[in-house]
Amino acid sequence: MITVTDLTKRYARTTAVDHISFSVSKGQIVGFLGPNGAGKTTTMRMLTCFFPPTSGKATVAGFDVFEHPLEVKKRIGYLPEAPPLYIEMETIEYLRFVGRLKGLAGADLEKRVDYVCDRCAIADVKNKLLGKLSKGYRQRVGLAQAIIHNPDVLILDEPTAGLDPKQIIETRELIRSLAGDHTIILSTHILPEVEQTCEQVIIIDKGKLVATDSVQNLQARARGVESMLVEVAPRTGNLVTVVVQQRLAKIAGVSSVVLKEERGRGSVFEVESDQGKLVRGDLARAIVESGWDLNELRPSAMSLEEIFLELTGSDAAAAERKSDQPGEPATSKDAKPEAPEAEA
Amino acid sequence: MRNIWIICRRELSSYFASPIAWLLLTMYSIIFGFIFWNFVAEFVKQGMEMEMMGQMGPMNINEQVIRPLLGTSSFLGLFMVPLISMRLFAEEKRNGTIELLATSPVRDSEIILGKWLAATLLYCWIVLYACISFVFLFRYGNPDWKPMLVTLLGVFLQGAALLAIGAFISTLTKNQIIAGALTFGACLLLWVFSWVSSYNSATWAQMLSYMAVITHFDTFDRGLLSSKDAIYYLSVIFLGLFFTARSMESLRWRS
Repeated sequence: MITVTDLTKRYARTTAVDHISFSVSKGQIVGFLGPNGAGKTTTMRMLTCFFPPTSGKATVAGFDVFEHPLEVKKRIGYLPEAPPLYIEMETIEYLRFVGRLKGLAGADLEKRVDYVCDRCAIADVKNKLLGKLSKGYRQRVGLAQAIIHNPDVLILDEPTAGLDPKQIIETRELIRSLAGDHTIILSTHILPEVEQTCEQVIIIDKGKLVATDSVQNLQARARGVESMLVEVAPRTGNLVTVVVQQRLAKIAGVSSVVLKEERGRGSVFEVESDQGKLVRGDLARAIVESGWDLNELRPSAMSLEEIFLELTGSDAAAAERKSDQPGEPATSKDAKPEAPEAEA
Repeated sequence: MRNIWIICRRELSSYFASPIAWLLLTMYSIIFGFIFWNFVAEFVKQGMEMEMMGQMGPMNINEQVIRPLLGTSSFLGLFMVPLISMRLFAEEKRNGTIELLATSPVRDSEIILGKWLAATLLYCWIVLYACISFVFLFRYGNPDWKPMLVTLLGVFLQGAALLAIGAFISTLTKNQIIAGALTFGACLLLWVFSWVSSYNSATWAQMLSYMAVITHFDTFDRGLLSSKDAIYYLSVIFLGLFFTARSMESLRWRS
């Protein structure tokens, strides 16, 4: 649906986007992730034909953004970072205007206006002035405006920025519900958002592509090992942590057992195992059979946050993580085949 | 064509939603009405004096009321144009709504024409509204309506030309005040350019004088439909809108 090849945007002194290539297939939700100033908005503006790229190519639904901007614009719904609202207009008046601008008319237009009001839950502010709406409503009117002409592709620039937690959840659900009919690219610098909403992630930093993959693969790729957090408590008396460590280390497939934390009576261990080996059952059995209580057993999936910091490098948190986990350097090097420059 | 009208309609409704259109309508009507009253009162007084002295000099309502009145309204237009045109693009740039227009399936030329058309229609509407006063002249007198229409056409053309320049200036900045001030300056310059020919007949002075909007209004003001002067206005409109289009395009390449 969207193909981007060597896309570059240079401003007078800086290169905002530097030879980015990726593609998005139909019906996918893609998270466009990067710190502030990474070039997310610039890339989106090139895709929406707001301005042309300095070099490189981008096609949307088979049309080149430079050669056929009108065709591309017909197929794109765009929500810029600040919703583009005319504050002196009423919601419904505004939606009709945008609908007409995108080529709708007559009964069709009315039907779509009703539909988006319903879909984005803005029917109760239909006759209010846009300038008087709260931030959450403005954002939703912005989203309604983007989907009014039922575009193939939706491009959303930080759709949840500045909303309260409840609105964020509602907006994410709305976006998820729009997938399937629409191909969606959303940009954000909030990582959990990507984990919760997107299927695929494109990470950019300082204008360069750092990684592009599915959320699951990215999580798996950043770690060659699986690790588990296990909380063990003694049934009676005190727990000798060294004994537990030795016992757990004996299980086939377990590569290391580290004491993480002592919580009152229980102790938390981080157990790492070779990838692909399922050791949870063995772990549980070993603990119970040794006469201890198993309070908790959960996989400690590396959050996107950590992956992100590792991939974009340079951050103290990533360094910290590397130093306290001896297994990491090898795996993280492995996670960056495409972006050696992120190391610097 | 359809897109031009969609944009024009939104622009007009936004003029009337913000108080600017009402404000201009009121102020213009008051000032125009006051000047109208002045000219008519003078005309009547002159007429009575002539009658008392037994003279039968020529009295012409077109020459003595309508012509100076519309001449004044062309002057008033210089003040009104910046107030109408300053928001055209500056406001969209400030509010970020330019992103909506620029990413919608419409051409830049349609956006520009729609906006300029809305500004021109508002200008014409304000002038026409004030011209209600002329009803009294037709009720109690017998003015000739043909030269009056020609002069009105001149007022409209002059307004449309200055609004095209104002539209261009409005694309240059995000700040409406700056756009307004620059447009006002440009309008005044194009007015005073005509003065230079009164004491200097060098070629450059004549050229400068030819560039002045007011020089070309004079023929319309006399009730003469001159193609030369109409073409001057049309070319200023074209040039203004052409620069607006180039400026919009450069926004895209630069920003």
